[in-house]
Amino acid sequence: MIRVQQQDFSVEHERLLLLRPGDSGACVTFVGHVRRFSDNPQATFLLQHYPGMTEKVLQKIEQQAQSRWKLDNTCIIHRVGELKVGEQIVFVGVSSPHRAEAFAACEFMIDILKTEAPFWKKEGDQWVEARDSDNKAAEKWMR
Amino acid sequence: MAGNTISLLYFAKLADDLGVTNEQYSISEKLSLGELKLQLSQRGEQWQDLKAAHIKCALNQTLCDDNTLVKFGDEVAFFPPVTGG
Repeated sequence: MIRVQQQDFSVEHERLLLLRPGDSGACVTFVGHVRRFSDNPQATFLLQHYPGMTEKVLQKIEQQAQSRWKLDNTCIIHRVGELKVGEQIVFVGVSSPHRAEAFAACEFMIDILKTEAPFWKKEGDQWVEARDSDNKAAEKWMR
Repeated sequence: MAGNTISLLYFAKLADDLGVTNEQYSISEKLSLGELKLQLSQRGEQWQDLKAAHIKCALNQTLCDDNTLVKFGDEVAFFPPVTGG
């Protein structure tokens, strides 16, 4: 399941939705928070996205994870619009029979999201620059 | 409405630099994305950015390269590297 939304999310609520009782022996979740990029504590933080393409890319990431590992459920939630520093911005959750698959699939999904999903961060009037370390993290799944 | 237009979308810093987020653009016939970029880049210095290697393009919401053919009614988006998550 994927969701692109302005409102916040409850990690506990989403985590429980992922579990398939009796089957899911592992549940791994990742929560990303808004970091401060500039020295201005008052700077507003904006998340822009490309509606339509964003959903397509997130669905593709889920499908790739599900075809690569044996998983019970997956979930990606990404917030857009105005956010404050420290707020939750992204949720990636995976449930599976065993922990190795859940750990790997969760890391895969956030790594690919960071380089392929069309979201852009702006703090104040400055657009945040892409990081090479994110590209390297995504590339390791292509080998 | 003329049937020979395509939708162009620009995002993030690229949209700020170009001063436009979307527009309808007339094309006379099918053309490659590379040819479209070349036409747009003739609008001025700032538009040279479209040809930069780091600027990504999507045709109908799927990433594509300069050889991809663009036809009437298509949606073409240009944007800088993504920074979500």
